[in-house]
Amino acid sequence: MWNKRIAYGLALIVLAAAPLYLAPYELSLLGRFLALAILALGISLIWGTAGMLSLGQGVFFALGGYALAMHLKLANADAGALPDFMQWSGLDKLPWWWEPFRSPVFAVAGVFILPGIVAALLAFLVFRRRVSGAYFAIITQALALAAATFVISQQQFTGGFNGLTGFGSVFGFSLTDQHTQLALYWITLGALALAYLATRLLLDSRFGTILLAIRDGENRVRFLGYNPLPFKVIAFAFAGVLAGLSGALVTLDLGVISPAMFGVVPSIEMVIWVAVGGRASLIGAVLGTLLVNFGKDWISSAFPDLWLYAMGAAFILVVTLAPTGIVGLAQRWRSIPMLRRPTPPALVE
Amino acid sequence: MSESTLVLGQLFNGISVASILLLAALGLALSFGLMRVINMAHGEMVMVGGYLSYMSIQAFGQGPGFFVGLVVAFICTALFGALMEATLIRRLYGRPLDTLLATWGVSLILQQAARSIFGPTGVEVTAPAWLSGSLALGGTALTGFAVPAVRLFIIVLAALVLGGMTLILSKTKLGLLVRAVHQNRAMAEALGANTRLVDLAVFSLGTGIAGLAGAALALMAPVTPTVGQSYIVYAFLVVIVGGLGSLTGTLFAALLVGIFSAVTQIFTSVSVADVLLLVSVIVFLQFRPRGIVFARSRALEET
Repeated sequence: MWNKRIAYGLALIVLAAAPLYLAPYELSLLGRFLALAILALGISLIWGTAGMLSLGQGVFFALGGYALAMHLKLANADAGALPDFMQWSGLDKLPWWWEPFRSPVFAVAGVFILPGIVAALLAFLVFRRRVSGAYFAIITQALALAAATFVISQQQFTGGFNGLTGFGSVFGFSLTDQHTQLALYWITLGALALAYLATRLLLDSRFGTILLAIRDGENRVRFLGYNPLPFKVIAFAFAGVLAGLSGALVTLDLGVISPAMFGVVPSIEMVIWVAVGGRASLIGAVLGTLLVNFGKDWISSAFPDLWLYAMGAAFILVVTLAPTGIVGLAQRWRSIPMLRRPTPPALVE
Repeated sequence: MSESTLVLGQLFNGISVASILLLAALGLALSFGLMRVINMAHGEMVMVGGYLSYMSIQAFGQGPGFFVGLVVAFICTALFGALMEATLIRRLYGRPLDTLLATWGVSLILQQAARSIFGPTGVEVTAPAWLSGSLALGGTALTGFAVPAVRLFIIVLAALVLGGMTLILSKTKLGLLVRAVHQNRAMAEALGANTRLVDLAVFSLGTGIAGLAGAALALMAPVTPTVGQSYIVYAFLVVIVGGLGSLTGTLFAALLVGIFSAVTQIFTSVSVADVLLLVSVIVFLQFRPRGIVFARSRALEET
């Protein structure tokens, strides 16, 4: 146990010192992928531990991202003027639901609360009638599709296909400034560490044990006197909140949030990060996110046509040959103590 | 155009969309119901069917090429389905969510392959002369309401395929085996049914029908590498609403979804209709969580 803690502490120090030894471009990539890893922690919780496969995490990611981006658009518009894209579409009045996002407190709270509420509501409605497994996966995918087409079609309110971009500054700090970038990197790293700790605590509590039991035999859990519904709803909402936080951080990092980042295809891509790392392992989710995203960056710049082949092959190979991901493989070798987990993840659904 | 012709026109569009959805969803419903396999590459079978139709029209000319295309599309996609079942799906038996991810990988590879071979923009298939016109219903209250022949053809095709499937399931040896495996896999196996072969046949039949749908669909819209993606989510919603492995359920669900989208599009835009459709499906599941038609079961855990 202590070995593991020391290893994680060392990893955190190495990451925190990254600005010393990485070029600015690599550092910004690393920061973005660490932000995405926060979302991956949520997928590992709901899919790896609780057995709920969501193909629509991009929607919660987008809710967090847009909540912050809307505030930034308003804060950076000239006094009394509408955000630029609204002027281009000929709007002369701010829609009422944009109004509260003027307040930075509301926007930052919205990053957490909006995805949490939407995720909880969806989970409640679907799981209440014991719809689960593949049905749930398909419904979440339909959600990703509907959300993306909706945002694209409402261009005058949402920025449409181009999304929201051109923020300039965040809470008074210029986004292009090097110091802001650096601070953003450390904030991201801190957020990831906190999200990891929170998820870890959740998993090690009775709550986590019951989630695991629900995955392996939901009806048996019912026979033991538990109602699985609140457990599933809370876990799903928690994953939604993590996705929202991740979306807000990535929006700051990239300076843009658009439907191309959260539709059907990006949403299912998020699942493969976790699958590659090891679905039932939190550290696996983080490692998988970094590995797949750096791989994507490298392959798609060196051989653009190859990326989708590589991605397709990754889906097929991981599922057939290594369903427990790289963490599972490492466990089998038993040679890397820091990757060992106390209970081997079962795969039966 | 008067109000009633607009509504009638959309109703007809709804039925024609429903028949495409039915063709796309039949294979999904069968393989999901029988084997608990979620085939995300099913949409790409539609795409492959479209490209095969395009190629055979290039090779054999418009008249005969179209029919050759239908046959070739069915046979090739059925063979591809069989290959997929034997090499990939079979290894993932009992892990439905994993079949979903693995077949998504197959679909990515097929899409990129189509992009490399045919280019990203898509190819056009021109309908043969006898399918390119439209039937006008003049002289009645419906003056001005014209039915495109291509859409009519797809409706007829869907009806024929549905009739054919019903016959196969109720009258043939294969159908008997399929029903037996569907009701109780272990018992069917104990009585000597080769369940692996039944799985293979059903899966390959399903992908074949999707290929056939693609060949017909090519007449209506250009075939692009992502054409399958645009239908697959709706086809899955049809499967959810219809219930597992039931032809009747799938038929009614396809009609419901198709007509619902077409009619809501009278009042709102396509994207709002999409959102409304999803909301309605979630509301529908509150009342019938297992779809329109479902088999009662006493099994403890169902996936």
